[in-house]
Amino acid sequence: MIDSLAVIWSIGRKDLLLELRNKDVVVAVAGFALLIMVIFTFSLNLSQDSARLIGPGVLWSAVAFAGVTGLNRAFSLEVEGNTLEALMLAPVSRDLIFLGKALGNFLFITVALVVVLPVFAVLFNLVIFRWEMLAISLLTTVGFSAVGTLFAAMSVRVRAREVMLPLLFLPVVTPLIMAAVESTSHMVNGRSWSDMSEWLQLAVAFDVVFLVVSAFVFQHILED
Amino acid sequence: MTKVLNFLDPLPIVSAVLMGVALWLIFIWVPTEINQGAVQRILYFHVPVAWGSMLGIFVVSGSSIMYLWNKNEKWDRLAVASAEVGVVFGGLMLLSGMIWARPVWSVWWTGEAKLTTALILFFIYVAYLMFRAYFPPGAQRQRLAAVIGLIGAANTPIIYFAANLWAQAHPPIVTGPAADAESSLGSDLGTVLLVSTLAFTFLFIYLLQIRLKVRKAEDDIIELKRNSGTHAPISQAPPDQAQSTEARGTS
Repeated sequence: MIDSLAVIWSIGRKDLLLELRNKDVVVAVAGFALLIMVIFTFSLNLSQDSARLIGPGVLWSAVAFAGVTGLNRAFSLEVEGNTLEALMLAPVSRDLIFLGKALGNFLFITVALVVVLPVFAVLFNLVIFRWEMLAISLLTTVGFSAVGTLFAAMSVRVRAREVMLPLLFLPVVTPLIMAAVESTSHMVNGRSWSDMSEWLQLAVAFDVVFLVVSAFVFQHILED
Repeated sequence: MTKVLNFLDPLPIVSAVLMGVALWLIFIWVPTEINQGAVQRILYFHVPVAWGSMLGIFVVSGSSIMYLWNKNEKWDRLAVASAEVGVVFGGLMLLSGMIWARPVWSVWWTGEAKLTTALILFFIYVAYLMFRAYFPPGAQRQRLAAVIGLIGAANTPIIYFAANLWAQAHPPIVTGPAADAESSLGSDLGTVLLVSTLAFTFLFIYLLQIRLKVRKAEDDIIELKRNSGTHAPISQAPPDQAQSTEARGTS
């Protein structure tokens, strides 16, 4: 158990180190998400009521679209540096490699959210710094990184992978986006945990299913 | 020689006859529904193609799991053939549903749970086919495609649950003609639906069979090219041809 965690952490830490040096993914995801939100604020002509109504949807669509661009980088770096083979040669099981890469992506999206959420609060003039928001963000990020890591590993060898990843990723994470948007909108409308509990349960179920299924099928993706 | 189209097959004949009977039942035999009028007849197409698209998803998921389990190429061929036919049926389902919804619900589209689920699943299986089209052929493509098939299957209950919750939170705006009169159709509706569904099921199986044969022929060509070396054209390599005919005979 401790050994497995050590493997997951060392793969995650490797990605984190690379990211600390070039800051490719976090800057891309955060910058892209911010731009999407800014464009929406101009094209929607916001009032305080309409901000509450459409703000959550704008936030999570921006994070989903921007997240895809970051996820694309996760495995393309491995392929460009020919390090994917090295990773596959490592004497550890494939599900741990998956969890390590997913951990890296989880950390990147989390850092990007730390930048994006305050700007969202300012642009849409909404109070979002509450425990509910922490739970929603964590659950959504876990699901995004689980599904995203799996599909990024699959589409890395496809021609036109920039097109392929969103086409695979977005329909599959739609239930999670719905959960994130609905529970955020409960939160900004001042409702309690019990109102959003069903959506949070759905997000938990999504995360568990896709972490387990993705880790399980990852051996088929990194074969030969 | 694998022949793709053979009109003496029992399957196309049964599909054609059943389709003819279904058309007669739908447009001549069954009386017009009182509340919705002639539009209601779309139901007799919509339900069977929806069933066909569901059947397609079931076959894709099942054969993807079978392929991952025993790596037999026939499961991969069944999965892709079924995805293709299923996406066509799914597209027809979405279109016929919208044509029906416009006069009856007075909207083309709404956030109803079944609609949302069908649309998202449709996109997942379109992505499945696009992925196959973009990926270079080989065992890896088959494995990865099977993984997408599996993910789509695992996601289906979650999508349906989410779409249901969403529809409860945002009740669909539907202002159609109210059903004030008791439907006059009774058991006639069931009869027509049954025959029509049967006809479309046979059509589904027939189309699936055609696609399977085409896939098999494509795989045979790849195999032929591989046996004859990458550069030599097939026609100039008689020994390999003999070998491949043999291989085809046994498969």
